[in-house]
Amino acid sequence: MVLVYTESEEGTFKKIAHEAVSYAKGIADMMGTSVTAVSVNGGNSEELGKFGASKVLEISNDKLSKFNADAYADVVAQAAKKEGASVIVLTSSANSKFMAPLVAVNLEAGYVANVTELPTNTSPFQVKHSVFTNKAFAITEITTDTKVIGLGKNAYGLKENETTATTEAFSPELASEDFSVNVVSVDKATDKVTIADAEVVVSGGRGLKGPENWGMIEELAETLGAATACSKPVSDMGWRPHSEHVGQTGKPVASNLYIAIGISGAIQHLAGINSSKVKVVINNDPEAPFFKAADYGIVGDAFEVVPQLNEKLKAFKAQNA
Amino acid sequence: MKILVCISHVPDTTSKINFTEGDTKFDTNGVQFVINPNDEFGLTRAMWFKEKQGASVDVINVGGPETEPTLRKALAIGADAAIRVNTPATDGYSVAKQLASVVKDGAYDLVIAGRESIDYNGGMVPGMLAKLTDANFVNTCINLEIEGDNVTAIREIDGGKETVSTKLPLVVGGQKGLVEESDLRIPNMRGIMQARSKPLTVKEPVAVSPETTTASFEKPAPKGAVKLVDNVDELIDLLHNEAKVI
Ligand SMILES: Cc1cc2nc3c(=O)[nH]c(=O)nc-3n(C[C@H](O)[C@H](O)[C@H](O)COP(=O)(O)OP(=O)(O)OC[C@H]3O[C@@H](n4cnc5c(N)ncnc54)[C@H](O)[C@@H]3O)c2cc1C
Ligand SMILES: Nc1ncnc2c1ncn2[C@@H]1O[C@H](COP(=O)(O)O)[C@@H](O)[C@H]1O
Repeated sequence: MVLVYTESEEGTFKKIAHEAVSYAKGIADMMGTSVTAVSVNGGNSEELGKFGASKVLEISNDKLSKFNADAYADVVAQAAKKEGASVIVLTSSANSKFMAPLVAVNLEAGYVANVTELPTNTSPFQVKHSVFTNKAFAITEITTDTKVIGLGKNAYGLKENETTATTEAFSPELASEDFSVNVVSVDKATDKVTIADAEVVVSGGRGLKGPENWGMIEELAETLGAATACSKPVSDMGWRPHSEHVGQTGKPVASNLYIAIGISGAIQHLAGINSSKVKVVINNDPEAPFFKAADYGIVGDAFEVVPQLNEKLKAFKAQNA
Repeated sequence: MKILVCISHVPDTTSKINFTEGDTKFDTNGVQFVINPNDEFGLTRAMWFKEKQGASVDVINVGGPETEPTLRKALAIGADAAIRVNTPATDGYSVAKQLASVVKDGAYDLVIAGRESIDYNGGMVPGMLAKLTDANFVNTCINLEIEGDNVTAIREIDGGKETVSTKLPLVVGGQKGLVEESDLRIPNMRGIMQARSKPLTVKEPVAVSPETTTASFEKPAPKGAVKLVDNVDELIDLLHNEAKVI
């Protein structure tokens, strides 16, 4: 049996929950077994059936209203034991990565993170995962009976697989040790797409000359439903918040599309975007190193190209809506 | 307060990544090794606890003799003593087990590790270590304050941050924010001289069997050349019909 933890926020499943179920179903098919999802104060369980869950353990508990790694790990481990799960699927969200090692130790299970595709083999159990900041992949065998897999960001996508999910209320036993780290306050922008969740990221560099020129970047991002990002000097100079800085010392980006505007493409910047699928560069210097790393490029002045691109994209979106 | 900082010895990010022996081993030829960046932020925060709150700071690595220059660098930055557990780092679990044994023997109050190492990117050692030693655990930590036994920490979450409170003993998975880049210290001559006479203890490993084994490595397929386009219409067309990302 493959167990999958499905993340939700305020009673709605996240897209990565759907992706994790799709992936778990892929493994279950390889192993000739089924998928059980664990939902903590989650959304409508039927939704998970659409992606291949045949059973959903529904946990509804006020003590779990805020994410708590120890408690959530305990819940997942108890569910895994109850169901006799041989594979547990988690994602690469900050919360999943926080709890995964705790689940693994609890279940005496080997854990591999950043897995990029379905297992290359289920007996022996081998998975491919990205290493060296996405500059290479490793094929690793998990030798324990129970396996914990951390699915990489945007690695698998959604696969519909209509299944009727039965639901079962599950009340795990929570111990006081589960609550020895407590959330005091949360500070989160809820109206913006975050770099971690975004499918498209629009990123600006020093070539944009100053913070007053970011209006066109934000407009382009809005048209595309994208998150905004920047290069390191841009956040160092205070043009943009540090949370937007992408690269070796900043955030990694694993979006489907990364649009770099006025960014030269230094190796430390590129280190952060290796796992973005399609990269577009707009730069007025044809010698900029970014052109070597990109899939598509326009050699041109950002101040001309970006507003044009935005206008045309708006028209395109209106037509294809 | 007794602090242990875990130091992972990793190739500098600008290194070329190659493999040898039929793609089963990382090719260290010409590679410059450094303290894992996340660990360097943690070490620098530990120095603050040493200077402001009288903490003692040990550093540890699980690895072969080749990692000693990296540990000496940590001593030159200001750690009091270094420990090397003399066994190759096979998988995250075995490293966590080796660390757990040293943490228990040394009765450390606080262990600072990195959110992830930039070589294998497992992000698993600190969490496993916390669980194995029954310590509290805060991951992706970007701020850490300790008064007596009481800990207030800020951790990065997707799309924001969250403040948590807990108690020692604690394991932290740290990153930039614990200190800023401008706070990082380059060892000076005096530090380097002093580091030579600071203790670097080699410990023999405890028996552990790994839970995962890496069979081989692969490099991503070489990328095709960039397609240069002249106008935005063409770009939109390619992104829609060829790349299928919009
Ligand atoms: C240890 C270390 C860690 C680092 N970590 C990071 C990191 O995590 N992330 C990061 O981003 N950097 C990092 N850096 C810095 C990195 O080396 C580069 O300095 C930085 O990425 C350059 O930023 P940039 O491309 O915005 O600026 P620049 O290099 O100044 O490039 C600006 C680009 O804009 C183009 N341009 C100018 N005008 C226009 C115009 N009108 N229209 C279109 N294009 C225009 C120029 O041709 C140029 O290519 C790190 C450096 C070090 C040493
Ligand atoms: N061989 C090692 N020796 C000491 N500490 C390590 C070792 N490997 C990992 N760590 C610590 O664990 C953190 C996370 O590593 P990882 O789980 O490999 O991504 C690193 O930043 C280090 O602090």
